[in-house]
Amino acid sequence: MKISKLVQDIPPSGIRVFFELVLGMKDVISLGVGEPDFVTPWNIREKAIFSLEEGYTSYTSNKGMIELRREISRYLKNKYGMDYDPEEEILVTVGVSEGFDLAIRAITDRGDKVLIQEPTYVSYGPVATICGGRPVPVKTEPQNGFKITPGGIIGACDKKTKAIVLNYPNNPTGNSYSKKELKAIAAVVAKKNLTMVSDEIYCDLTYDFDHTPFPTLPGMKQRTIYLNGFSKAFAMTGWRIGYACGPKDVIAAMTKVHQYTMMCVPITSQMAAIEALKNGERSVAEMKREYKRRREFVISRLNEIGLCCHKPEGAFYAFPSIKKTGLSSLEFSSRLLKQEKVAVVPGTAFGASGEGYVRISYATGFDKLKEAMVRMERFLKSYIT
Amino acid sequence: MNEILEILEKDARTTPEEIARMTGIAPAAVRKEIKKLEKDGVILKYKAIVNKEISREDDSGVRALIEVRITPQKNLGFEHVAERIYQFPEVTSCYLMSGAYDLLVVVEGKSIHTVSNFVAEKLSPMENVRGTVTHFILKKYKEDGDILKQPERSKRPAITL
Ligand SMILES: Cc1ncc(COP(=O)(O)O)c(C=O)c1O
Repeated sequence: MKISKLVQDIPPSGIRVFFELVLGMKDVISLGVGEPDFVTPWNIREKAIFSLEEGYTSYTSNKGMIELRREISRYLKNKYGMDYDPEEEILVTVGVSEGFDLAIRAITDRGDKVLIQEPTYVSYGPVATICGGRPVPVKTEPQNGFKITPGGIIGACDKKTKAIVLNYPNNPTGNSYSKKELKAIAAVVAKKNLTMVSDEIYCDLTYDFDHTPFPTLPGMKQRTIYLNGFSKAFAMTGWRIGYACGPKDVIAAMTKVHQYTMMCVPITSQMAAIEALKNGERSVAEMKREYKRRREFVISRLNEIGLCCHKPEGAFYAFPSIKKTGLSSLEFSSRLLKQEKVAVVPGTAFGASGEGYVRISYATGFDKLKEAMVRMERFLKSYIT
Repeated sequence: MNEILEILEKDARTTPEEIARMTGIAPAAVRKEIKKLEKDGVILKYKAIVNKEISREDDSGVRALIEVRITPQKNLGFEHVAERIYQFPEVTSCYLMSGAYDLLVVVEGKSIHTVSNFVAEKLSPMENVRGTVTHFILKKYKEDGDILKQPERSKRPAITL
């Protein structure tokens, strides 16, 4: 069949081969997983099962069940002091993945440029391209903790620049932004008249300070499409549910696309999400405490075995430098996999500026983390002297 | 809650050095705190949780929950009778309860016969014990927060971005 030029032109992922290698191997300790190792808390699963028994198997309102949108509104208000009207400013999406796609479709015309911090979560660039936009990577520097700076934004902007995508806490670096840093970014966003697409899916996993949602910054609510979801904090990746909040015109535009392409999010997942917001707080706090402990452990061990790594502020990733080994990210990861059966993700999977780094996920139990560090230490002894 | 305790309750084998890494507390301070917890009797001992459902020891035996009604003694309350009961090595747990009976006693024995004998010969005839009801446990599913089942393999794919 003839494939469209648009899709053909999306470059294949450079590390596909490495992935197949990992998936084909047995008894690997994987630090390459971008999702929680916890299963969804039982009260949430039980609620979904019960909803099926009761016969909740229909479509719902396109925007998502109003009960759920009210819970989302309440949750954001209580936790972050945010103010979104459940009727018109919240859309329930098939994960942040769909929310992001809808956001970009709703705001970009052909040829519009979208700034994307790099290293970056893998979906942003290709989605922008599919939507007819032009992704522009904004390189970040390790000495700034891979954070985007006002100068970096201004340098990347031209007349065609429409929007900027920010993700914090960040996949892959684990870094987040303080309120002060965000204010500086907000100032240039306003100055350059940009729309902010803020992917804050890891916000509940912020360890050292309070997370500041982008729309809460002065003047930013009307410029921001705020994306969040249940995948990470509630360990609900497989349920495929998230939400987008924003000014009512943009939510209406996103809903228009969503109603034709998706209709609505599966009702079972919406039922589960209501329970998550109502009674999930304790489980989230418990998982967060566990992640935090693992973070301390992993960072301390990485630095000890010679992989320089600053302490990430959120999510469940560490992004250490492997430059001392003299290997490329891909070589490092391939050799580590073959020699010691430990899987990490080469930094280049997240863009060219990830060269010299690897992503380590600590969403894995302590027993495995401890063993993985022993193996990595052994591996490194042959490269670092 | 004391974070060191929380970590040890999850895995008693976690070393002081590992706890130090997890919490950012200095190793020496962790060791000192553990010593103190042990000395104060907060940490009583460290032991493995054995799943007797699958340990395949033929003599892993039977367990019964026994409701015991007792007549409280003047000035001593239930304490004294409880003590006389829980000193028996056959008794693995003993609780004072609210409601229809007074003590809940968990007894372990090689067979139904040994447990019955214990109830008939030791427990029931005891002074102040007014009556007992014995319930044998048929199968254990979960105990003290641990599900007694082989942990299942992770269902996540080995690598995702
Ligand atoms: C930064 C980031 N955004 C979005 C997603 C996808 O989230 P969802 O499961 O809600 O589609 C992920 C998942 O890895 C992610 O890391």
